[in-house]
Amino acid sequence: MALPGMGWLFIFFLLPVLFVIGASFFSRGVGGVPTPPLTFDHYERTFDVFGGIIWRSLGYALISTFVCLLIGYPVAWFIAQRRSPGARMLLLFLVLLPFWTNFLVRTYALITILQREGLLNGILLRMGITSEPLQMMFTEGAVILGLIYGYLPFMILPIYASVERLDKRYVEAAFDLGANDWRTFWRVIFPLTLPGVIAGSMLVFIPTIGAFVTPDLMGGTRGLMIGNLIQSQFGGRGNMPLGSAISVVLLLIVFIGVIVYSRYGEERR
Amino acid sequence: MIRTARARRDGSVRLVGRVFAWAIPVLVYAFLWIPILVLVVFSFNDSPSVTAWRGFTLDWYRNIFENTVSVSGPATNFQTELLLRSLRNSLIVGGISTVIATAIGTMFALAVDRGRFPGKKLWNSLFYLPVVIPDITLGVALAVFFRIVFNAVDAATGVRLVSGFGTIVIAHVAFNISYVAIVVRSRLATMNRSLEEAAFDLGANRWQAFLRITLPNLMPGILAGGLLAFTLSLDDFVVTFFTAGVGTTTLPLFVYGMLKQRVPPEINAVSTLMIVASIVLVGVSLLLQGRQGRRRAGLSTQE
Repeated sequence: MALPGMGWLFIFFLLPVLFVIGASFFSRGVGGVPTPPLTFDHYERTFDVFGGIIWRSLGYALISTFVCLLIGYPVAWFIAQRRSPGARMLLLFLVLLPFWTNFLVRTYALITILQREGLLNGILLRMGITSEPLQMMFTEGAVILGLIYGYLPFMILPIYASVERLDKRYVEAAFDLGANDWRTFWRVIFPLTLPGVIAGSMLVFIPTIGAFVTPDLMGGTRGLMIGNLIQSQFGGRGNMPLGSAISVVLLLIVFIGVIVYSRYGEERR
Repeated sequence: MIRTARARRDGSVRLVGRVFAWAIPVLVYAFLWIPILVLVVFSFNDSPSVTAWRGFTLDWYRNIFENTVSVSGPATNFQTELLLRSLRNSLIVGGISTVIATAIGTMFALAVDRGRFPGKKLWNSLFYLPVVIPDITLGVALAVFFRIVFNAVDAATGVRLVSGFGTIVIAHVAFNISYVAIVVRSRLATMNRSLEEAAFDLGANRWQAFLRITLPNLMPGILAGGLLAFTLSLDDFVVTFFTAGVGTTTLPLFVYGMLKQRVPPEINAVSTLMIVASIVLVGVSLLLQGRQGRRRAGLSTQE
């Protein structure tokens, strides 16, 4: 029974990942295909030439994750505090629905707001706040905003799950023992919901570090990320072994995230 | 008494807290929804711009379906034919990959839940990987894999394989098996085993018990998993981007092409139609799960 699934996963997932690792140590042949001899050149190039973009991607992913946590926690808390189950369902549904619409469409929706002839510039100009349309697209800020917009639901849902499971008696006990709101939150509530926080943070960090669509559509040349580097090495004049080496670096970062997630994140139910 | 005194002292802090407790969620919901609502509203705008409202029109929708030059708006040469072809491609890929992934994923879920096989724990956690990792890693891995395998096949036999429907379907099945397995497993976890045991006691063999008891009980989970797989397949851009060939444009690839080249004014209308379609799909799946939940509730009152 398990064999077809194991077979498919092995041949079309694990084996291809091994191929990527293998290809990253070969030289670039005709048409960008890997050929002997073996070499470390692609890794050297990855760190020498693209090191800056890799660090920048890490920065974007970490900032997006942190902002998602900062605004996602209050939202998850807010939803969990609603008394009626219907209100909780509706609020969760309103978080989930944008998440179910196509990612390209959602990204484009954000672009219509931010672009030069977009709604925000239209409003700012008409109100006389600015005299020239602001350049908001193709900036680092646009990429980070796009990442937050794209992955915020991943933060809200696991935190909501752990807040909902929080035993309110601990909170009452903390108040009864004289702790104020601030202290109760940091000493009782936050530690108890930490698994949800870690799960949400990793579920945002992992896809954002590997993002391709958002920086591609919103970043221009100034907001390139690892995903764009990898993509540019595939296709016409690409260099498959170099693309593979960059992918291996991305996989290692992702792997760290996955380990943290499965070790300390929310227990899967 | 002590509590009320302290409450008064903390009053100002609490007020600030309460404002924040409402302000942040309100702003976040606005942030999530305003871009989508703007897109939908301006798909009916009598001007290709999204800066100002100029009146209601259905021209953009008409252009999509009729591919005519609109009278009021600017001339258009919207590629209706390509849109319909890519929609058809998406439906074919989605349909085939959903059937395969649902069958394989359900079998895997059953095996993990019921069976014993070597390395079960390891395989079970490996099955979560395609769900967690960024889609670009799967896309790149398959691109490298197909390129090398196709080259090797060409060198060995002279047969030239190319990327196309086959490679896209394989890729979609690769990530969808995991989603189906997870959904079906969560259904299995809540299922009542005593019905099966009763069937055995009444003389049913394993096959009969499976067909008459387990499978019908599992059906809502299988359907929900299949629907999820279908939605993910229709929505997928990145993995498809790396595994598609010439002439196998799916709907997301078509949309990407529109966004990367000169953005046609019909894009808002196309996007709105896609949003409506996904709302319908989510609605259907919620209905399915709702009925499943109610049935479960019904079962528990009978016990």
